[in-house]
Amino acid sequence: MPKNTLEVANLSVAFGPTTVLRDLSFVVPHGTSLAIIGPNGAGKTVLFQALIGALSHGGSVRWAEGTRIGYVPQKLDLERDLPVTGHDFLRAKAAVTTASSSDFARVLSLVGLGARVAAMPIGTLSGGQFQRLLVAVALLGAPNVLLLDEPTSGMDEPGQEALHETVERLRSETGLTVLSISHDLSVVFRYATNVLCLARGSGPACIGPPASILTTEMLQQLYGAPIRYHVHDAR
Amino acid sequence: MTLAEVVSLALAIGTGIAAGLIGCFAVMRRMTLAADALSHVALPGIGLAILVGVQPLIGGVAMLVVGALLVWGVERKTKLGTETVLGVVFSTALAIGGLLTTGDDLMGALFGSTAALTPVEAVIGLAVVALVIAFVLRERHRLVLLLISPEIARTSGVNGARLNLMFLLAFALTIGLGLRYLGVLLIGSLAIIPAATAKRLAVGLHGMLGIAVAVSVIATVTGLVMARELHREPGPLVVLAASACFIASLLWRRRGERGVTHS
Repeated sequence: MPKNTLEVANLSVAFGPTTVLRDLSFVVPHGTSLAIIGPNGAGKTVLFQALIGALSHGGSVRWAEGTRIGYVPQKLDLERDLPVTGHDFLRAKAAVTTASSSDFARVLSLVGLGARVAAMPIGTLSGGQFQRLLVAVALLGAPNVLLLDEPTSGMDEPGQEALHETVERLRSETGLTVLSISHDLSVVFRYATNVLCLARGSGPACIGPPASILTTEMLQQLYGAPIRYHVHDAR
Repeated sequence: MTLAEVVSLALAIGTGIAAGLIGCFAVMRRMTLAADALSHVALPGIGLAILVGVQPLIGGVAMLVVGALLVWGVERKTKLGTETVLGVVFSTALAIGGLLTTGDDLMGALFGSTAALTPVEAVIGLAVVALVIAFVLRERHRLVLLLISPEIARTSGVNGARLNLMFLLAFALTIGLGLRYLGVLLIGSLAIIPAATAKRLAVGLHGMLGIAVAVSVIATVTGLVMARELHREPGPLVVLAASACFIASLLWRRRGERGVTHS
């Protein structure tokens, strides 16, 4: 395997006259976890969309050969009465990525979702249940990279904890590379190998290990206000 | 029944199946208005074809394909005002079509007619039915992923732009199939009403596809039989039969229709 799963050089994204990302450069080594933080409007989701080629951009984005991405989007606008069940969703992903339907039970179990819930229409699931389903779908097809855009939003505390632990276990056991957008700095501190901070108004970005990025001064500069977070004892 | 009548009935039922299937995704993609507007674009094609002495159906289908390409192009190139552009373009198309088509031709084009099929029309029609049905059944998983999240679809290897184009062309061809007996104004209904009925009743995707096909076929056969008995054109009766199924579905079961945002 190559050393880096992702190499980004001078990435810029603009919408008309507004530049959202400017000259962003970073690498993500294989099997590591990169957390992307920053205030609302800093371009975190835009960065993800540029990384998967959904947005035109300047600079270069190079994924290692053989990269298979599992993507968890931030927000989906679905009708409550959409007649698509969790199983339909899983079947669709499995068919497109030629994953086996026997994998459904495994990914559902990984995210702690029962078969009964997966049989319900996705529009009727709670926010937390739907997030779990999105992660289960992302894990189908043997991805070696996960892009998680606020994957635990809407989940209860135990659910968040379990999901973070699951992703971390997959990373350490299978060499999965994880890029995640998060507003929970405690989680970032605990699980991220590196942190990429994006400033609003395409200001200068910074990257480094959590201990060097999540300092009082850096966070004050990034968010424009004092930020506190709880450091878990586990790490 | 003569062979011609059997073939004609088979084509009508096939059109119902194709419309029911493709309509499910049109309804789930919330493009019911765009779908209806798209069907109107056939009219100037029919008018032009009559003017230059070409088979009207060919003109109608050709314009539908142009219309599908137009919708696809507008969706790709502009992020705003797609529905506005569609509304203007297709209303204009209807107006031009109204000027180019007159008298009985206009009524036939708008509401359909029972004119006999030529063998070539029947063969092409049945081939298109097979093509549309095969497209929906083959691409349903990709269409579901694209419907739920373009990002998930993209990272799963789905070419969203190409799939959207294929979907619109399949929809345009389905509209073309029903032009003869339902007409420009009513064919959109055969795609939308059975799917809307199925959306209310079904829990899962395959249930929705099955119910939509059943409603569409029942409405088609009921409409054709009633048209024969009452000596009326079939188009309005087919659509009324589909509408009756939708109304029955309102009484049968009512689920929350409010949009919900997962975040």
